[in-house]
Amino acid sequence: MLLVVEQFLNGLQFGLLLFLLAAGLTLVFGIMDLVNLAHGSLYMMGAYFAATFAAWTGSFLLGALMALGATLVLGIVLEVTALRHLYGRDHLDHVLATFGLILFFNEAVRLIWGPAGLALPLPAWLTVPVPILPGIHYPAYRLAIIAVALLVALLLYLGVMRTRIGMLIRAGASNREMIGALGINIKLLYTLVFGLGAALAGLAGLMQAPILTVQIGMGENILILAFVIIVIGGIGSIRGAFLAAIFVGMIDTLGRAFLPNLLRQVLSGAAASTAAPALSSMLIYLLMAIVLVVRPEGLFPANRR
Amino acid sequence: MKGLSVSKAVTALMLAGLVLLPLYSSLSGNIFILTLFTRIVILALAAASLNLIMGFGGMMSFGHAAYLGIGGYAVGMLAQEGVGSGFVQFPVALAASAIYALVIGALSLRTRGVYFIMITLAFAQMAYYVASGLARYGGDDGLTVYKRSDFSGLINLGNRTQFYYLCLACLFGVIFLIWRIVNSRFGLVVQGLRSNEQRMQAIGFPAKRYQLVCFVISGTMCGLAGALLANNTDFVSPAVMYWTRSGDLMVMVILGGMGTLFGPIMGAVVFLLLEEFLSQITEYWALIMGPLLLLIVLFGRGGIMGMLGRAGRG
Repeated sequence: MLLVVEQFLNGLQFGLLLFLLAAGLTLVFGIMDLVNLAHGSLYMMGAYFAATFAAWTGSFLLGALMALGATLVLGIVLEVTALRHLYGRDHLDHVLATFGLILFFNEAVRLIWGPAGLALPLPAWLTVPVPILPGIHYPAYRLAIIAVALLVALLLYLGVMRTRIGMLIRAGASNREMIGALGINIKLLYTLVFGLGAALAGLAGLMQAPILTVQIGMGENILILAFVIIVIGGIGSIRGAFLAAIFVGMIDTLGRAFLPNLLRQVLSGAAASTAAPALSSMLIYLLMAIVLVVRPEGLFPANRR
Repeated sequence: MKGLSVSKAVTALMLAGLVLLPLYSSLSGNIFILTLFTRIVILALAAASLNLIMGFGGMMSFGHAAYLGIGGYAVGMLAQEGVGSGFVQFPVALAASAIYALVIGALSLRTRGVYFIMITLAFAQMAYYVASGLARYGGDDGLTVYKRSDFSGLINLGNRTQFYYLCLACLFGVIFLIWRIVNSRFGLVVQGLRSNEQRMQAIGFPAKRYQLVCFVISGTMCGLAGALLANNTDFVSPAVMYWTRSGDLMVMVILGGMGTLFGPIMGAVVFLLLEEFLSQITEYWALIMGPLLLLIVLFGRGGIMGMLGRAGRG
């Protein structure tokens, strides 16, 4: 029982984190039609910035805030200098160019921070276990991640659905020429959206940093997961990304937690313990393959006319 | 037509260089260059196979490295089980790649565009994790191939020069095959599907069936590259299937010139030599390589072949 609740919360937490990453990706994908493989690099940069700034200032929160600002700025600089010129080009060009950016960022990080990973220690008040149900404790920090991510998801929803900027973003997604013709500064809008996506990726990175080590290439595996999510959810759909992210987070976490035991009932112990990690890593891709075969446009295709 | 002749001249020069390389290597005693170019030739073969579906067929597969792994594991696993004969290993490698391509192609071709890129990527990642789970064959750590494929005296894969020429012959054979395919009725249909699938279907061609056959041919060719690669490194690991390897292959194709016959070879040679050269001048070679790719995308449309064509026209 304890394990089930704990793993369920872990799955939720991981799913929400994935949502932060996938939301930025799906916005950029849906609105600018840009396939950004370097999104995972922004996630990595968020984590590195947070570890560095937290060490400088001595405060976790201050470091996190500064890191958030830094990834926002980095995203804007990246958009203005490089990615802006890729809009309207072939998807293949995007893949190639942003693949180059991944190489660049990984190497730049190695140059600046060295090949060894960094650790981002948590302040004492975030490490205490919190009783959530009678007899069941859960780490405060993971609860904080869930709270922050839910808050961001809500703000994002309100921002996109209820504000003027959000209206322009949605309009840009369905017809970019038209809103350009109506006198909206579409370049500025795109830069803004990209910066927002970068900040969301940075937020995911810096929140994940205390749980895992901050290291080179940390963004690549999770980027693929984020892509899986937006493909399952339907490209450009934030609602789809949210549901798919929770779904993927749950499947991944619960699969890793319970599959070994399930397999052990069928297979011999040794075979089960080697097959289980591979099988649980595969689950998500299997899920995506099934979704794409059944619904080639994803579960919640956005703005289909 | 002058532009055409510039790219033709460069291509001919490159092919001659590839053929004469072992001579240079034995004269100068530089063995390293032969090893390096064996790898280049094998990856050029993989890139050429990717170009068949990407350049001519318009199918953007982001999971092509899976075949490198499947071909490699076929050789490695058979060798581990005591089947050393290349006459068994290579056909099994090709057949396994073909079957894998048939299955994932049948599923993936239901989607298009970015979704196709992503689903091929997902299948390759699945293959990657399957290989990581093969505890009997090394799992994550990979599998050492203690004995290269044995062709019962016909050709000795342990001999560097002979092995190099085998790889080169495979590359030229595949290029010849692609040339024949592209200019056949089948190839014209596949290229027609790239430009306008709806119209081709309206004429009455079963689009998916043509694309699937093309997909399987390409996968089988890349499986051959995988079998050669495992022999070259005497080792195969899940890492050859990792998605960045698929990215490398795409980069080679686009760098050289998508949809041109010799572009992928050019791309593989330039990409891998650049990687080698930059890693010798600085440890941080990717710092230069990354932005270079970006610049190539932004300014060098049509890859090297395209640039050569433009340079010739002035």
